[in-house]
Amino acid sequence: MQKLPGWMKWCLHSPKFAILLFIALCAVTATGASQLYFRGDYKVFFEPDNPQRKAFEDMQNIFNKSENVSFLVVPAAPTVYQSDTFRLIHELTEDAWQLPLSTRVESISNYQHTYAEADDLVVTDLITSGQYGRPHIQWVREVVQSTPEIDGRLVSRNGEVAVINATIQLPDGDQTKEVIEIADYARQLQDKYQQQFPDHAIYLTGMVIMNDAFAVAAQDDAQTLIPAMFVVITIMIALLTRSIVAALATLVIVASCIAVTMGLAGWAGLFLSTATVNVPTMVMTLAVADCIHVIVSFRQFARQGMAKHEALAESLKVNTKPIVITSVTTAIGFLMLNFSAVPILADLGNMTAVGVMLACLFSLTVLPAMLNLAPLRVPGAPKHNASRYHKAGEWVCQRHRRILPVSLLVVAVSLVFSANNELNDIAVKYFGESSTFRQAVNVQEDTMGGMSNIDFVIYTDQEYGVNDPTVLHQVDELTNWLNQQPEVHHVTSFSDTIKRLNMNMNNDDPDYYRIPENKEIASQYLLLYEMSLPYGLDLNNQIDINKSAVRIVAVLDNLGSNEFTAFESRARTWFAGVAPDLRMEAASPPLMFAHIGARNMQSMVWGTILALVLISGLIIIALRSWRLGLVSLLTNLIPAGIGFGVWGMFSGQINMALSVVLSMTMGIIVDDTVHFLAKYQLARQQGQSVRDAIIYTFTTVGQALVTTTLVLAAGFGILTLSSFRLNSDMGALTVIIIVAALVVDLLFLPAFLMWLDKDKSQSRGTQNEIRE
Amino acid sequence: MKFVSRLNLVWLCAAMIIAGPVAAQNAVEQGLTIAKERKARDSGWNNSVASMTMTLRNSQGQEATREMRVSSLEMQQDGDKALTVFDSPRDVAGTAFLSFSHAMEADEQWIYLPAVKRVKRIASRNKSGPFMSSEFAFEDMTSFEVEKFTYNFLREDKYEGEKVFVMEQMPQDEFSGYSKQIVWIDQAHYRVRKVEFFDRKGDALKTLEFEDYQSHEIDGKQFWRPYRSFMYNQQTGKSTELKTNSLEFEQGLDESDFDKNSLRRAR
Repeated sequence: MQKLPGWMKWCLHSPKFAILLFIALCAVTATGASQLYFRGDYKVFFEPDNPQRKAFEDMQNIFNKSENVSFLVVPAAPTVYQSDTFRLIHELTEDAWQLPLSTRVESISNYQHTYAEADDLVVTDLITSGQYGRPHIQWVREVVQSTPEIDGRLVSRNGEVAVINATIQLPDGDQTKEVIEIADYARQLQDKYQQQFPDHAIYLTGMVIMNDAFAVAAQDDAQTLIPAMFVVITIMIALLTRSIVAALATLVIVASCIAVTMGLAGWAGLFLSTATVNVPTMVMTLAVADCIHVIVSFRQFARQGMAKHEALAESLKVNTKPIVITSVTTAIGFLMLNFSAVPILADLGNMTAVGVMLACLFSLTVLPAMLNLAPLRVPGAPKHNASRYHKAGEWVCQRHRRILPVSLLVVAVSLVFSANNELNDIAVKYFGESSTFRQAVNVQEDTMGGMSNIDFVIYTDQEYGVNDPTVLHQVDELTNWLNQQPEVHHVTSFSDTIKRLNMNMNNDDPDYYRIPENKEIASQYLLLYEMSLPYGLDLNNQIDINKSAVRIVAVLDNLGSNEFTAFESRARTWFAGVAPDLRMEAASPPLMFAHIGARNMQSMVWGTILALVLISGLIIIALRSWRLGLVSLLTNLIPAGIGFGVWGMFSGQINMALSVVLSMTMGIIVDDTVHFLAKYQLARQQGQSVRDAIIYTFTTVGQALVTTTLVLAAGFGILTLSSFRLNSDMGALTVIIIVAALVVDLLFLPAFLMWLDKDKSQSRGTQNEIRE
Repeated sequence: MKFVSRLNLVWLCAAMIIAGPVAAQNAVEQGLTIAKERKARDSGWNNSVASMTMTLRNSQGQEATREMRVSSLEMQQDGDKALTVFDSPRDVAGTAFLSFSHAMEADEQWIYLPAVKRVKRIASRNKSGPFMSSEFAFEDMTSFEVEKFTYNFLREDKYEGEKVFVMEQMPQDEFSGYSKQIVWIDQAHYRVRKVEFFDRKGDALKTLEFEDYQSHEIDGKQFWRPYRSFMYNQQTGKSTELKTNSLEFEQGLDESDFDKNSLRRAR
């Protein structure tokens, strides 16, 4: 064993100075945490130059913004066509104008209905105050059924739900404060009307409510998961060390790692989000693993009769190399998240990587210093653990001929099932069924059929170009085509408006429900209509100021990423065939999420390959053996394969957080392999047979591997409690993969080594095979 | 001594209770006085013809322009009448818009569509709506009448180096798109220099600035007209600039030039 470096010795010899230095360091860096702020909007998932985000933001600058709050009004009676509901809709529509930053409110109450009267064009609200009587209700029902702009958008097609939609103009940049304020106000309105109209259920959906739900999810995680993790640490330490002093020392290390990591993040100008709010949990998990290694070895040596100081030095000697290797490989894995297309996942990676290295540093310096100062008793404990692992080693060696084919079968089956996995980034489905937002989404899905929209913009690049009958016919064809697609529920299109105006201007003659003959007529009808609309109900959300571009909004099922992007390209291809000289863009937040999953997966594949190369290089250098380095590659890949196979068996839904799990777990998987192979190599170099070397490995590192896996599985297992699926899925898959890694290293790897090395030893002898 | 100071306190309270409403009363009266003076300074111009360019901009930097001619007729007992003819964009050229603004009732509006050669009446509830998809609402374009608002004098201040009155005016019409406006009126000529508009939920919505005031002398009286108005919508980042290219008074217009028949004749 090599000697301890001087600075580590210094910590052990001058614990008081070391601790003072440590406290000063913590105090300085941790103050940075006060600069951390929280961002809850969905844009944190996208780089500023993300093409879909750019397309969407350009569209929002040209047309009015489409961030919204929707009130879903569901009467107990099966229809909204009743007096009470009309009163509710009318009053809530009026009140919704009071939502902070609202610029537009739409419902069947203030829908600007047009009809001909004598020679005039009448433009009027559908429901004005007091119009709640039966004849009026009947009239409204008829109007709604003949008006495609509202049927299926502001009232469900079967008439069981009405929607009040408020458009919100959020400021640029961090909007969390405004979002929370708006959502709170919306909930007040919801409560107020729920009380006044007990026969009605009111649900809140829309982009602003989703942004708020992101913030709430992060807050929930911080409030439930962080306490849960402290409970788990306490239990883990209690089980593994049976010492209050050790437990306290570990807690100090954990707390300081978290504080310094968050502090540095604050100084670096990072912010908290639904992803990075879990950095403390992850850092804690890895820090506990490091501390336990040091403490457990220290107690083993102390039990053998060494003095406290000596036992600590000895523990550091045996643990420094594996802890450093594990930390570096884990940090590399987390740093690979920088390849992610999702900026907050890159932040998560960087913050955790820093935390991992801090945990490594603190557990090798400050922890022994504290243990050295603290009064410690060393109870003598029976050592039946080692014999248990000895038996396990024998068991594996005896059955390696059976284990190997079974393992190969498991790997093959996993690979088959991993083909079941499907990219699926649907933002509304990130929220668990228990979240009120998700419940509202479900109601909306059941009654209105999905809330995923794609906005198609047709640019004519000509002033008043949208009124050209050729363009209008093409827009109308696109509208019809969209309406025919099975996944489309509603299409809002200007072509419907202009057809209706043409009819109104011709005494409501249904024969004139068609595109006007020429551009002048269309332009002038539109001018007349626009001049008749009140504040907040203009057509700026459909037509730009030059009348050169028109926006058509299609509402679809909440489809998976691939189906959603496939629909987008289907629509693009179809339109290019119909109108080759018109430029069409598609954009929307659901489309942004649909694309990000695929982009992220792509970039993460490169990240993972790079991580593999780096880590394998590290292992080859650490073990000084090409052969074992290549073996480690195999055992590093199989757990990921099994993990995704199991995932394909039970879920099959891959979201953006899962595409990063591979990089993230890489370091942890490698840790198991490195420990195993290092000890195996040591035994072989001492001249032991393959079988003896494997049994030696089991008895020396078996416990450490099982312990770290348990700690890590418990830590990431906590994430599965999150009601936010990005976090709970990430936790679940990580647990599956690290448990798979342990099983692979304790079953497959020894069996594989028996097969690999035995062949060679029979032909050429053992000693020559191990290269130095 | 103690008794005296307690008595003083009672007097002080009483004085405050009385003085509070009195101050408020004064602010209302003072505001009304300023509004009346503003109207008085601007009456007697009779009629005018102007040619104007309206430039719309959105937050993406796109621009759209509209050319128009506006004939106006001052009415002594009622709001003014105006006839606007659009010269561009080409597809709406020749479209004419006639409006009778009223002090207390809803305004009346008609539009002539040359493509179908018909005059259509426009709903009167749209006064909050945008004029020609600009940031100007109909109610921002119609003539100022004292009765349209209640007032509240706020303070005296300086605006671009000139002494101004700053006051609030609250629209009386339930169909107005505003909860209130804050106006800056210069003390020398009672010209409106700036207006801040607040939407129905009380949030700042738009700012209107009047620039390049030029005076016209009619029958020995000075009338000031802004040759550039700039409306900026804080909520959407959109803006509209209204520039006067030419303005002539005493064009010999009368009421017969402002009826449905004249609308058809307008070119």
